[in-house]
Amino acid sequence: MTAAGFAPAAVEWLRLLPEILLVAAGTAVLVLEGVTGGRAGRQLGRLSLAALAGALLAAVAASRSPGPAFSGMVAADGFATFFRVVVIAAGGLVVMFSGPYLRRESAERGEYYALLLYSTAGQCLMASAAELMVLFIALETSSIASYVLAGYLRSDRRANEAAVKYFLLGSFATAFLLYGVALIYGATGSTWLGEIRRELSGGLGAPGALVGAAAALIFVGFAFKVSAAPFQIWAPDVYQGAPAPVAAFLSAGPKAAAFAGLLRVYLTAFQPISGQWEDIVWVSALATMIIGNFAALLQSNLKRLLAYSSIAHAGYVMVAVAAHSSVGAAAAMFYLAAYVFMNVGAFAVVSYFARQGERYVNVEDLAGLGWRQPATAALLSIFLLSLIGVPLTGGFFGKFYVFKAALEAKLVWLTVLGLLNSAVAAYYYLRVIVVMYMQEPGAATADLPAPGGALKATLWASAVATLALGIFPSAVLEFAAAAAVGR
Amino acid sequence: MNLLNLVLALPLAGFLLLLVLPREREEAIRRLALGASAITFLLSLGLALGYRRAGEAGFQFVTDASWISQPAIRYHVGLDGLSLWLVLLTTLLTPIGILVSWRSISRRVKEFYALFLLLEFGLVGVFAALDLVLFYVFWEVSLVPMYFLIGVWGHERRIYAAVKFFLFTMAGSVLMLAAIIYLYTYAGTFDYTELLSLGASGGLHFGRREGLLLFWGFFLAFAIKVPLFPLHTWLPDAHVEAPTAGSVMLASVMLKMGCYGLLRFSLPLFPQASRDCAPWIVGLAIIGIIYGALVALVQPNMKKLVAYTSVSHLGFVVLGIFSFTPLGLDGAVYQMINHGISTGALFILVGYLYERRHSLEIAAYGGAATPAPNLAAVFMITALASAGLPTLNNFVGEYLVLQGAAQANFRWAVLAATGVILAAGYMLWLYQRVFFGEAREEVKAQVYDLRKREWVAMLPLVALMIWLGTASETFLPAIRQTNAWILERTRTDVEVRVELRRSPVEVTR
Repeated sequence: MTAAGFAPAAVEWLRLLPEILLVAAGTAVLVLEGVTGGRAGRQLGRLSLAALAGALLAAVAASRSPGPAFSGMVAADGFATFFRVVVIAAGGLVVMFSGPYLRRESAERGEYYALLLYSTAGQCLMASAAELMVLFIALETSSIASYVLAGYLRSDRRANEAAVKYFLLGSFATAFLLYGVALIYGATGSTWLGEIRRELSGGLGAPGALVGAAAALIFVGFAFKVSAAPFQIWAPDVYQGAPAPVAAFLSAGPKAAAFAGLLRVYLTAFQPISGQWEDIVWVSALATMIIGNFAALLQSNLKRLLAYSSIAHAGYVMVAVAAHSSVGAAAAMFYLAAYVFMNVGAFAVVSYFARQGERYVNVEDLAGLGWRQPATAALLSIFLLSLIGVPLTGGFFGKFYVFKAALEAKLVWLTVLGLLNSAVAAYYYLRVIVVMYMQEPGAATADLPAPGGALKATLWASAVATLALGIFPSAVLEFAAAAAVGR
Repeated sequence: MNLLNLVLALPLAGFLLLLVLPREREEAIRRLALGASAITFLLSLGLALGYRRAGEAGFQFVTDASWISQPAIRYHVGLDGLSLWLVLLTTLLTPIGILVSWRSISRRVKEFYALFLLLEFGLVGVFAALDLVLFYVFWEVSLVPMYFLIGVWGHERRIYAAVKFFLFTMAGSVLMLAAIIYLYTYAGTFDYTELLSLGASGGLHFGRREGLLLFWGFFLAFAIKVPLFPLHTWLPDAHVEAPTAGSVMLASVMLKMGCYGLLRFSLPLFPQASRDCAPWIVGLAIIGIIYGALVALVQPNMKKLVAYTSVSHLGFVVLGIFSFTPLGLDGAVYQMINHGISTGALFILVGYLYERRHSLEIAAYGGAATPAPNLAAVFMITALASAGLPTLNNFVGEYLVLQGAAQANFRWAVLAATGVILAAGYMLWLYQRVFFGEAREEVKAQVYDLRKREWVAMLPLVALMIWLGTASETFLPAIRQTNAWILERTRTDVEVRVELRRSPVEVTR
């Protein structure tokens, strides 16, 4: 805790600047939406993109003077910076290709962008929270905005179903988390992560059963948010029902941010009792990979396929968490960075290809895309190869670092099973490539318009990031290694 | 700039250049691809000429630069007597593959040649890499273009074959990746030469059980690629369905990735485990030799027949490697090159026949020598080479392998020698059914003799069959030098060595 009392110093504002900027921009967008009578959607989209760019700069600026802020409730450290950059980049990419999609559905309004900015603000705060109540509020900010986003197309029944499902299950999950927070407060008398750690490592007074229950309950909350088994059931339905750009958003930012929270809580506060939760994470990681990959084998709907794939990827990151070391944390961070770009890129193609009312979302619809739109198909192939984990893409080094961390923690069987899982996964990603390149063009690709500038920019940016992380991963990995939480 | 780096960079540059070329300019694309690969080949000749054969074994044309700092993954490449010839094989067969595809690939020309050059990049990289992660990267990079070559330009069941090929290789290679990282947790390095010196100084402290696990992690990946019986089932599918040039690269070069990995990594890094498992592996190799030959004997489809001969021939290579004798190893490496030349040539010739008659069924031919005497003559030389006729290339390799195997265990040699006999059977019978007899009307009408471009693609291969068969001393010194060094590393201790002379099976058990 700082001694600043109630009046935060200027540097403390700076340390929270990204979140402040995003919330302010979100509110400005809402107000402008009202003022312009809902006719300025496109401009508001641009404004949001500018706000995200500003937040990105703010995050970098905040990292120049790292430290705690607001009585130590927020920590603007390297770890926070890393995830802030990742979630803001994810938000930015989604905003870029949301415009064309929303205009096609005649639904481009300010509230969409405002919600997206609020959610991103919540995610940033999750990455920087150093206290459990702040973490909870951040999680809720991010979640509630994303529940609404899932049902953004109000006249679409699938989207409504998705939103209700997401909301109900999500509320339960956050309740579990809050319950855990209450228990840990009861056990240790604090909600500050650092103090909890001190209490737990001191071994004085904190009742083991209570602490164990708290760790388990908080894990439930996070496992739901990252869609880790056995709390992954909502993801396919929600991703399928939500508008494609929203599905992209849900699979990227909130997941990365929830992992940030999970890593920070478990590798700082709960590190002293890692013996109690290590096995749970181990089992969850393996189950998540297996469920995600094997269920994805059976999918014919692209959005569902990517949903199960995103479950599987949560499993790989869980492997890094199970390693419970700073090497593992760094690996998870790198993995998530790579994952965000390749996954958003893949979803961007889906959103472009689906066309009005999302008519074409089956794998088979992509038949012949490789010859009708060679550039788009090639970029999608890069994302898919990265999702498989083929070298020279970010996905490969993500897996490489994750499993290296696992082996260093002597998780040999988890590594072998995880890697075999990734060989299974190759099948369903390849199926998409097979359809694009090895089948004759079908009806769905016949009248496909060329991708617009915004979409092209999203795809190229994602692809460049994916390849850069695969060819020159050093800089990002070094940053992650220096910033990683845990021992 | 180091010559080896140029040989690596040129195909990559060609690939990138082709990507930006407009797809309508097909002739320019072909020429560019041929030009890039031909220059690469000429440069790689410089590698063979500049390679020092005398003195201590070691890597030459070495570049060692940092790629990723933490954990240290280096761009460390170099050649020794083993990899030198395999790089040359790759750079020779790439322009030949392009020539062969000149007219037979008419759709999606740009993508085909771009991927072909990317394939060359990956293959040369596999043989040159001296960092385990770099090796893995190239290993996978070569996988992707081949997957597309089979899946897009292949025959009817191409998609099934392509996916099967990818998944089999992937399943093996993820285990290899696990082993690479696991090895790192013991050694703290991915660098091959550092690992060797650690091993030599006793700095690699893993127990017998870990050693076995690591060995199997690598071995499975290599065994799938070789392919060793019973992991060979992807091979007939992939070979049959691939376009001619794809089959050539697959059989001639990609199968050697597995054999190369065994010699480069399995033996030197895990000598104890290699010796422990040798009897089992040799058993599978001998089964593969005989099984492959027997299945080839009854194939009605020419391409499938040639594919199964690969299973048989590659069995010899594995037998030679795990005989742990100098002659066996030399023969294995020699046989790797031989198989690349003669099986590549066979696939090309079968491809020529297919272009004429549009059928791979042996029954669709008969009397083809009448309308195409030159084609028949070249096919004859190739078939005899493949069957192991003295003065042609395969004889030298097979003889060395059998001699080496006999030194290790006479029964192995006896069993494996049946493969040579069967080889004469299936090759000559194939030849008889396709080229001899009364020429049918369709055959007369459709089968024409070799064209100029077809000659150009075949001549170097035929010349090499004779060269490798009669002047083995051009190639063997570099191979011997490296193999002696590999064997030195696999001598776990002197006692074992002495006993090994007497009865290897007892010792290795």
